Amino acid sequence: MRDQKLWTWHLAAGAIILVLLGLHMVIMHLDALVGIFNPAGGHPIDWANVVARGQSLAFTATYILLLGAGLFHGLYGLRNILFELDPAPPLKRALSWVLLLVGVGLFILGTWAAWVGHQVASMT
Amino acid sequence: MVKDRGHPNRLGIWGWFGGGSWGPDRYLYSLHRVTGLGLLLYFLLHIVVTSSRALGQGAWEESMARVSGPVFMLGEYLVFVAFAFHAINGVRLLFAELGYGIGKPIEPIYPYRTCLDDQRPWALGALVLIAALIVVGALDFFVWH
Repeated sequence: MRDQKLWTWHLAAGAIILVLLGLHMVIMHLDALVGIFNPAGGHPIDWANVVARGQSLAFTATYILLLGAGLFHGLYGLRNILFELDPAPPLKRALSWVLLLVGVGLFILGTWAAWVGHQVASMT
Repeated sequence: MVKDRGHPNRLGIWGWFGGGSWGPDRYLYSLHRVTGLGLLLYFLLHIVVTSSRALGQGAWEESMARVSGPVFMLGEYLVFVAFAFHAINGVRLLFAELGYGIGKPIEPIYPYRTCLDDQRPWALGALVLIAALIVVGALDFFVWH
């Protein structure tokens, strides 16, 4: 039952990622074709463009949502792949804990960076 | 996840690529996993690298300079290709999981039809869309810039 719920969340996270990462890919990598959310022109990773996007609270919120959905979808998918190799139960428990700690740690780092980045951009 | 019920996964990772008369759907499944693992590895590194934006313009530009150049550009394009495949094929799998595009249960009368016969046009459509995205991405990465 627990795995069924986690699998459903895995699919839901995939749908969120499809929309948000799709938008991220269009902004970052199809900039010559589409050219959205890069108000300063030039490259999407130029500081002026990063600041312009960072000033938006909506962008900051979607970064954090994408971060959480991506970490859950990716690490739960990795856990499923590793579990299919049929490790011993203690190793399964250890793997689950390691993946959980990695996920929580990177979520905290990424959320901090997104929030502080928003503050820095708002002061610019 | 279903418990193994005493049937260990003897083929292991090799089973992703061979071990029987696998059809195209099996290779789409394997490629979905390979691209997923590649995207996950990139994503974990991407979180660390892009966190430098919180430290200001100097730290950001230093980080971006460290991951620039033709090799990283090619790597980014491969990430784009992996994303195109994983996303579009993932949508196909999501629909199949929800029961769309796999047909209805029928009596097994010769010549037998399976859900794969109903699924094949969806898989082909997904591959065409993926190929189109890969071409547009290549033009944006290497020609229009």
